[in-house]
This record gives sequence, structure tokens and C-alpha cells, in this order.
Amino acid sequence: MIAVALWIGFAAVGLGTIFCLIRLWLGPDAVDRALALDTLVVNAVALIMLLGIAQATAIHFEAALLIAMLGFVGTVAFCKFMLRGDVIE
Amino acid sequence: MTSEVLIFLGEALVAALILAGSFFMIVGSFGLLRLPTLMQRLHAPTKATTLGVGGILIASMLFFLFTNGWVSVHELLITLFLFLTAPVTAYMLAKAHLHRAKAEPELPPTGRPVGWATFDPVASDPDPDSGLRPAGEDQRPLDTI
Repeated sequence: MIAVALWIGFAAVGLGTIFCLIRLWLGPDAVDRALALDTLVVNAVALIMLLGIAQATAIHFEAALLIAMLGFVGTVAFCKFMLRGDVIE
Repeated sequence: MTSEVLIFLGEALVAALILAGSFFMIVGSFGLLRLPTLMQRLHAPTKATTLGVGGILIASMLFFLFTNGWVSVHELLITLFLFLTAPVTAYMLAKAHLHRAKAEPELPPTGRPVGWATFDPVASDPDPDSGLRPAGEDQRPLDTI
């Protein structure tokens, strides 16, 4: 039962990743693209967690935590650059 | 209650949490793709995607609790970090959108002696000895900031 739910989960999160990529391609403004990248990072964290459940190992959590941190820092840096034209003043 | 029933209930709980989390993930991404304006697009992933990741992380916690017998705390770390950073990210994106979409007179007043700080001139060539702010008429006293 968990295996079937995992396959459905992989398909759903992968489809969500494709939606984010389409928004990243279309995005009329740079803010849209930053938002699409942020959602892409959250989708990647969910995919890694599903992979951890599927392989029944706990070694993927550090990767998920690192990707979440890098996504947050990257989005805030993008926003600072769009606001001020500079990341660290 | 026999152990088979308990195992079945545990598997059903984990599978239901995975399915609920995946549903919220795809709803958030679909909202990001289909909603018309940027403020609406901002609300879809920041709410639904954190719910989706929360569901998948709780499913992972329960899975490792049922298979190994001990609670793993990594998932709680990721959940805490995502729930802390999602509002900050949404706030920064909304502020960048306001800054880019509207000119300075269109923005609402701040109700303070100084205006919107993001329209201040950029300290392009700061003197390292006198702080980051360039000298001149732009320099304002610290108690008004």
C-alpha cells in the first residue's frame, strides 16, 4: 500500500515540478521566476523525502535540509538584488 | 487487536499522509502555473506547498517510527526550517513585486518620517572608514530611521 502511494506521490510531485518549470519559462517578470525557483526547491525537498521513504534510509535528510537552506538563502538574495540592485551593501 | 491489523493501520496512515501531501504539492504548483496575477500566484505555493511538505514529512516520521521503532528528528528540523522561512520568502517576494510594479508615489505612505527604504540611493562607493552610507544630503539622523 505504501509502495502505491509512493508511486502516486512521485508522479504528483514530478508533475508539480514540471508546472514550476513552465512558470519559470513563461514568467512575465523576474519576481515570477524567483517564486518559481523557490517552489522548485520545495518540490525537490519533497521528492528527496519520498525517495528516503522509498529506500527506507535516513541518509537523504541532510541533503534535503541543505537544499532547503540554499533555496531560502538564494530566494532572499534574489529579492535583495531586485530591491536594491545589490545583495550585500 | 492483532498485530496484522496494527501494521495495516500504520501503513494506511503513512499512505494517506503521503497522498494528502502530494495532493497539496500539486495544488500549490498548479496554482503557481494557472493563477492570473503575481499576488495570487504568491499565495498558492507558499501555503499549499508547505502543507504538502508537512504532510510528507509527517509520513516519513511515522514510517521510520513504525519500521525502526525510534523517532527521527531530522524531519522536524526540515519542517521547522520550512515553516520559518516560507513567510519570510513570501514577504521578500511581495516587497520586490511592489518595488518593481509601482512607482514611488503610488505606494501607500509608511506613516513615519522616512519613506520606503528601498528607494533610498544605493551606497555605490562607500567609504569603509565612515560606514556604509555615503556622506551628503541623503544622510539622515539615526533616530528617524
